[in-house]
Amino acid sequence: MSLNDKPQRTPIISCVDVHKWFGHFHALKGVSMEVYKGEVIVIFGPSGSGKSTFIRTLNRLEEHQRGTIIIDGIELSHDVRNVERVRMETGMVFQQFNLFPHLTVIQNITLAPIWVRKWPKDKAEKVGVELLERVGIPEQADKFPGQLSGGQQQRVAIARALAMQPKIMLFDEPTSALDPEMIKEVLDAMIDLAKSGMTMLVVTHEMGFARAVADRMFFFDMGTIVESGTPQEIFASPKEERTKLFLSQILQH
Amino acid sequence: MSVTVETIYPPAAPGPLEWVRKNLFSDWFNALLTILSVGLLYFTIVAVVRWGLFTADWRPITVSPMLFLVGQYPRDQLWRPGISLLASTFLIGMSWGVWERYVKAFAIFLGVSLGVLAVFPLDTPTITPAIRATFLVNPLLIYLGYRLGRSKAVSGKAVALLWLVVSLLITLVILPGFRNVPGLPRVPTTVWGGLLMTLLLAVGGIVLSFPIGILLALGRRSSLPVVKLFSIIFIETVRGVPLVTILFMFSIILALFLPAESRIDRVLRALMGMVFFSAAYTAENVRGGLQAIPEGQIEAAKAVGLNNFQITLFIVLPQALRLVIPATVGQFIALFKDTTLVVIVGINDLLGIGNAVLNLNPEFVRLQMEVYLFIAIIFWVFCYFMSYASLQLEKALGVGER
Repeated sequence: MSLNDKPQRTPIISCVDVHKWFGHFHALKGVSMEVYKGEVIVIFGPSGSGKSTFIRTLNRLEEHQRGTIIIDGIELSHDVRNVERVRMETGMVFQQFNLFPHLTVIQNITLAPIWVRKWPKDKAEKVGVELLERVGIPEQADKFPGQLSGGQQQRVAIARALAMQPKIMLFDEPTSALDPEMIKEVLDAMIDLAKSGMTMLVVTHEMGFARAVADRMFFFDMGTIVESGTPQEIFASPKEERTKLFLSQILQH
Repeated sequence: MSVTVETIYPPAAPGPLEWVRKNLFSDWFNALLTILSVGLLYFTIVAVVRWGLFTADWRPITVSPMLFLVGQYPRDQLWRPGISLLASTFLIGMSWGVWERYVKAFAIFLGVSLGVLAVFPLDTPTITPAIRATFLVNPLLIYLGYRLGRSKAVSGKAVALLWLVVSLLITLVILPGFRNVPGLPRVPTTVWGGLLMTLLLAVGGIVLSFPIGILLALGRRSSLPVVKLFSIIFIETVRGVPLVTILFMFSIILALFLPAESRIDRVLRALMGMVFFSAAYTAENVRGGLQAIPEGQIEAAKAVGLNNFQITLFIVLPQALRLVIPATVGQFIALFKDTTLVVIVGINDLLGIGNAVLNLNPEFVRLQMEVYLFIAIIFWVFCYFMSYASLQLEKALGVGER
């Protein structure tokens, strides 16, 4: 689907030859990727492959040291204003939720809309409650994050990111820190979001999720993209040995 | 197949007799310790009460109580500290209404003490009916303030703002007065003293050193090299010098180097010394809290688009400060007690007045025990309520954090 009309559209995310070093460790070795509006991208690979580092360069939680990253027409550079604009357009969900423990659920969600988007408080709260309904936990608005289960916390984190009305959502292993019985409720919220047409980049090993909603998948290893393709291509006929090996390891059960 | 789950209840809490047997008389050694401690406690208390009521001579305090309260503040101008007291107790009442349990115990204690003081049988002419009446109004004002604070009309922000305005009025207008205003003549700080001076130094020191300490802590972690270097040098220099030395430096050396016309008030100089001293320690406490905030918190705040200033204000500081409440209140208590050091630069705080009373009247020379005990009790009361309020604050902020 998205692949067919690629030439006519400009990508919403465009990365060319992105490099990143941590000290002497070469974490990203020339990653190039284009993502189009409405696409759902799944990024997977062994730990230490650079997949998390890559997704974190997209909102400049990590600075890339070579190459270019252009998000929705804005190039990420040392220009702080550009970084701020990009962060307004991208939402991020973390492995460890990273909710603000001293604020209630609704305060977690409305903080950025009020102070960054300059919305009046009642508008921000109205949107916040709608988002909580969307992720299925409207009754938790006035609780503190510490009073919620892991799955509920992660759904609040999704609502918090969505409250800024981003064009792109980044998910960095959103289910890896969850107890098994809570993974489904978070994946359901993400599938719902994917079906609404949100552009999503998801670092995950949830292959069921990938099969269900991914448009394209990227396999990362040793800081490079080893292979990419539609879920059918990746699951049915992976071309690279490393991809085959990794898939066989995670799909064993 | 059905499974019956038997409900098992925790064992019942022991009765009082059982508790005593288990905790105080579990074996012969424990029983011996219990009996010894109770005996020791009994004789100590009896001895202290007997001494306090029959042997001790409280005249140094009862002859001139106003000296302990306001020092040598002109007796014809006493309405000024009086009105400051009334405004403060009213605000303490309002604070009780708004912040409930943090202030409650202190407000009640203050009201009762001032009420008792108003009717206390002291046969000294220095306590005029006007003064007694002023004291007597305080419990009423605390109650009225409480009722007002409880009503929905008053918010915590309003009370805090009111505190700020009233304290500035008291310290900059009402107490010092002006050179050319007839109704409000100048009263130099050299004659302020007693509890008034102690409280001014303590509250001023705490209120001013806290924000400076936070700024220094943030400065020490700043990415701007100049700010960082300045903060480190300031903190490490001040922490490496005893408070007494700092007070001497501010009161003598500063006065020597500054031209006479720009000379800063003596009390203000001492206050500055204490503020800098306390700020350096507060900064290190706060820095400990800042370091404990996980990096993920800052990343999440960045990811939703908050700028560095907003991240510090909304995410990092609120979490860091609540972590360091115990250490910070400890620092405030230390500062409160350290105000007694201003005696060495010639300021008559509570302790200074005590010394003066002992030295000036030959009859009182032997009565150090009574005077110092009296002063110690006053200090203990204030420190205890600070400690109590911080405990309440810790409990309240712990909610929902688990």
